[in-house]
Amino acid sequence: MYSDKVMDHFTNPRNVGEIENASAVGTVGNAKCGDIMRIYLDIDDTTHIIKDVKFKTFGCGAAIATSSMATELIKGKTIEEALEVTNKTVMEALDGLPPVKVHCSLLAEEAINAALWNYAEKHKIEIKGLKKPKSDIHDEE
Amino acid sequence: MIYLDNAATTRVKDEVIDAMIPYFKDNYANPSSIYKIARDVKKDIEEARDFIAHTIGATKDEIYFTGGGSESDNWAIKGIAYAKRNVGKHIIISSIEHHAILESVKSLEKLGYEITYLKVDNEGLINPSELESAIRKDTILVSVMMANNEIGVIEPIKELGKICKDHGVLFHTDAVQAYGTLDIDVKDMNIDLLSTSAHKINGPKGIGFLYIRKGVLIEPLISGGNQERGKRAGTTNSAYIMGFKKAIELKLKNRDNEYVKSLRDYLLTEVTKSIPYTRINGSLDKRLPGNINFSFRFIEGEGLLLKLDEKGICASSGSACTSGSLDPSHVLLAIGLPHEIAHGSLRISINEENTKEEMDILISELKEIITNLRNMSPLYEDFLKEERSDVNV
Repeated sequence: MYSDKVMDHFTNPRNVGEIENASAVGTVGNAKCGDIMRIYLDIDDTTHIIKDVKFKTFGCGAAIATSSMATELIKGKTIEEALEVTNKTVMEALDGLPPVKVHCSLLAEEAINAALWNYAEKHKIEIKGLKKPKSDIHDEE
Repeated sequence: MIYLDNAATTRVKDEVIDAMIPYFKDNYANPSSIYKIARDVKKDIEEARDFIAHTIGATKDEIYFTGGGSESDNWAIKGIAYAKRNVGKHIIISSIEHHAILESVKSLEKLGYEITYLKVDNEGLINPSELESAIRKDTILVSVMMANNEIGVIEPIKELGKICKDHGVLFHTDAVQAYGTLDIDVKDMNIDLLSTSAHKINGPKGIGFLYIRKGVLIEPLISGGNQERGKRAGTTNSAYIMGFKKAIELKLKNRDNEYVKSLRDYLLTEVTKSIPYTRINGSLDKRLPGNINFSFRFIEGEGLLLKLDEKGICASSGSACTSGSLDPSHVLLAIGLPHEIAHGSLRISINEENTKEEMDILISELKEIITNLRNMSPLYEDFLKEERSDVNV
């Protein structure tokens, strides 16, 4: 049911882990629904380039694959470029997802957004196109 | 390949295939026809029916062949509901039934029937006194599975059957997981209707039977010809019936519940010893010998299944993601598991064909896969941080 690319990113996920003293962290989803994604960013404060990105995900094969692909797509990009990565971009890069798994790609988009929101709040800057994350996992349950 | 999903389906044994082939190739006559070769098939079918009837303490005119477990369940529920619609419209089932039962009663709810779902305790067991107090004047049918497909728990069928008998209510049990493994005597257990399926006992898919006690009135679900004494139409599936008969014959002859249980218990002991934050779901005491259902905290079931599949190991999960819905298994939720733990379940179902070597491979792969998935899990990360901060306090 999964494309070869999804299976590849599930089997050999890129950028798994944590970043110590990360510039920003974003966590989305909740355990009740079965998916939680956390993205760590290391951002250059002057150029706004994402120098490094890591993730941790609790979830199904598609959740892990979309996290992996999302981190690949924003690595080395500027904040503004990273914001252009949508769930569609992630899905296309993975050669599609089964219909019941589309929400995983949305979660990946939200995780990037949540991490960038965290960065903007820390530095008290406004980033065009950035939306306040809907909720944090700790708010639910 | 290591196949540990025998509760999903099993390998069809060579002897079973051999028993079926003549009815495809040589004597393919329709057993309802008049000529001699048809009468020969008819005779074989009736002998098979008689053999099968004896495996559950029934007589041959109480066995109706169907297209499998789901059809038998649908027929029992809907057929009794329709036949008794002027007597009452209340049906009692357990909350951990197979979807074939759950969806059947849901369709009846739309027609004005009322359903009571009996709770199970955190071991997965029905309390017979709860059934007793749930029975009403308008109760027409009780359906409780003999053994659960996900957690393997064996329900107190004899006691439940007795309660139904005392109250004059019909009692159906879905014995799809139990048939062949547990001893069944429908008379002793007060069972009025019982569903089975061949493919769980190394038989072919697409054949099962519904036992209907003599004297029980039921509406047919499949209308048409006069097959199965006018109760279930459709050309008699000779080859599959003969395969089913051979499968149960072999199962009863070669059954080794002690061996299967020893593999299961070895797996259970080793896994709980070597993988922390693991729990076993469902009663260990009242359980099918080959079933084990683990929950591994901080990880999700589908990822685990895919990783096992990479290593050539077939198993299954009650995870939401494997079922296509967003809710995890209704069985695991019914025994009180929180959602996040129900998501990380793994069902291993063993039969006589499995070996200790296979268990050893599974144990070593599980250790590695679960460590990797936990290292990737933000839930595990938070858990470790909390543990550390607790120590600091």
